[in-house]
Amino acid sequence: MATIKELSRKPELLTGGHRLCAGCGASIAVRQVLLGANDQVIAGSATGCLEVSTTPYPFSAWKIPFIHNAFENSAATMSGVEAAYQALVRRGKIEKKMKFVAFGGDGGTYDIGLQSLSGAMERGHNMVYVCYDNGAYMNTGIQRSGSTPFGAATTTSPAGKVRPGKPQQRKDLTQIMAAHDIPYVAQASISHWKDLVKKAEKAFSVEGPAFLNVMAPCPRGWRTPNEMTIEISKISVQTGFWPLYEVEDGEWKLNFKPKELKPITDFLKPQGRFRHLFKPGNEHLLEIAQAEIDKNWSRLKKRCGVE
Amino acid sequence: MAKTATKQKTVAMTGNAGCALAMKQINPDVVAAYPITPQTTIVEEFANYVADGVVDTEYINVESEHSAMSACIGASAAGARVMTSTSSQGLALMWEELSIASALRLPIVMQTVNRALSGPINIHCDHSDSMGARDMGWIHLFAETAQEAYDNTIMALKIAEHKDVRLPVMSMHDGFITSHAIDRFEVLDDADVKKFVGDYMPKYSLLYNPNEPVTFGPFAMPAFYYEQRKQLRVAIDGSKEIVMKVTDDFAKLSGRQYGLFEEYRLDDADVAIVVLGSTAGTARYTIDAMRAQGVKVGMLKLRVFRPFPAAELAEALGKVKAVGVMDRSDSAGSLGGPVYTEIKAALYNSKQRPAMQGYVYGLGGRDTGPDQIETVVNDLVKVVKGEESPREAVTLLGVKE
Repeated sequence: MATIKELSRKPELLTGGHRLCAGCGASIAVRQVLLGANDQVIAGSATGCLEVSTTPYPFSAWKIPFIHNAFENSAATMSGVEAAYQALVRRGKIEKKMKFVAFGGDGGTYDIGLQSLSGAMERGHNMVYVCYDNGAYMNTGIQRSGSTPFGAATTTSPAGKVRPGKPQQRKDLTQIMAAHDIPYVAQASISHWKDLVKKAEKAFSVEGPAFLNVMAPCPRGWRTPNEMTIEISKISVQTGFWPLYEVEDGEWKLNFKPKELKPITDFLKPQGRFRHLFKPGNEHLLEIAQAEIDKNWSRLKKRCGVE
Repeated sequence: MAKTATKQKTVAMTGNAGCALAMKQINPDVVAAYPITPQTTIVEEFANYVADGVVDTEYINVESEHSAMSACIGASAAGARVMTSTSSQGLALMWEELSIASALRLPIVMQTVNRALSGPINIHCDHSDSMGARDMGWIHLFAETAQEAYDNTIMALKIAEHKDVRLPVMSMHDGFITSHAIDRFEVLDDADVKKFVGDYMPKYSLLYNPNEPVTFGPFAMPAFYYEQRKQLRVAIDGSKEIVMKVTDDFAKLSGRQYGLFEEYRLDDADVAIVVLGSTAGTARYTIDAMRAQGVKVGMLKLRVFRPFPAAELAEALGKVKAVGVMDRSDSAGSLGGPVYTEIKAALYNSKQRPAMQGYVYGLGGRDTGPDQIETVVNDLVKVVKGEESPREAVTLLGVKE
């Protein structure tokens, strides 16, 4: 992998001046992923903050060819682009080496776009799919998604008198994608940039489909200060909420192994969306949250062959 | 049929096989498709061509029609020549993508084998699927026979990709009636089709010139959205001329001349019926029989529904005293079927306004025989004679009471 000095000299493929919020994890995720590409990249995005904020007509922040189609079909759309590339190369109409990446938020990936993603991965397109996961439908105003953590207050799972935020646990999309038995699947966080860029590099270099799930906090939805984005991402890893791991040709590997996980309350406490969990009488909810982390962490360690 | 110098082969095959053959001859860069009755045999047949290496198309076996059209949009934006095919629920599932394809000005060609929309679920012919998509900015061509389905497929591509059009085209034929019945028709040589459709090189694409990157599908707020919709309106209105230019060029090649619509014994007719698709054959038979009995009846068969040839229709139908429009789809809650309401509107400012009645028929594959067409003609004759006033309400033909 390139050194940070070399990376700093790479051209910015997503230019500044886009309209994402200060402290938004999505653009950081995109920049780090694109740093992992060494060939011409063609990018696409699902409808969402990333797309809306980077392409307000007549402007575009993308310095590479870019396509937005709709919400649930970033993967299917990019699979069409990749197929066109295969056809045009075969027919001698294009020679340049190109890589393909589709981005989507967790709403566009875990929920409405899951079928499209699963189909594209099963068909074996030579493309990378990147989910920037901020745990809710942030673009439409913080509604719960399949990725929203247990207990989080969103506008469609508010903390009320009888319901303490989202009653369900989140879906583990990374493992669902690993079950597709594609060449490369990884979970990464914008706080661990070196790990993320390396994973992106691997994802772009494999022949066939690759999937990256990237922790990308949303200060608006999480009710965290803008300047806390990287720190809270780091805490998500340290608490085991967001383990860093990769599945390369079926081999599971844990990339970050702390001796002991920090308590999940370290992750929950700074976020306004979990404030109600810390009210007296809700101790059992914090216990449920911790138990879920412990269960998933021990399962993951087992899969990765870590004691 | 006029003779041309072009060598053609007479074949006996189904309408769907004819469409698959046209696709084979075009050999598109990308096909993304999903099976659905009664379209399935098109994608099956095309899969055989792929499997045998007869074509070198990148064939994407998507997991749904929504992804079929999504992949077509991606591939077309990438710069590829793209085709697909669907019916009914498949078209319904694509709905969201249809208006995106036309707004992005992507020349995707889709054979749409007309089938009734659920519910209740049904697999047989009516036009409710494509008629539901009539406002999506696609060009709509209707075929009566396997010959027309084959011919329209080839013309559709040329129309779609024309630099002044750049719009997706739906090429329709009737489910089971045309799609699955074996018909005798003429097919062109592969080389002639290849030459006719030519090479495709879009002005803007994702792949051809990545050093001058293009963003497809940006976000347009109130300051820009409306102008883009205007561009679509201008493009589809203007496409009428190109549709006819391509149609005339095709006639020179094949000897088969089509128009925006076909007039049958309309010149001296007192009453006229308007139909789409395979019903035209039954209508011709009935008209000949009624003409023999002295009834001055003619037919207008619409081939190009989008762009809607309003002025030409007003001119052609203005000559008769009464018109009965037969729609193979209903627009529940409206005055009648979509063809009826649009033709009625087209004639509103016309100096000669015939009396008009709307008929819905054949929904969900209900058989349409000469008796139903006779009923329409007899109704119209009564209106012309002043025995009855034109009906305001739509008439549902062949329905059990």
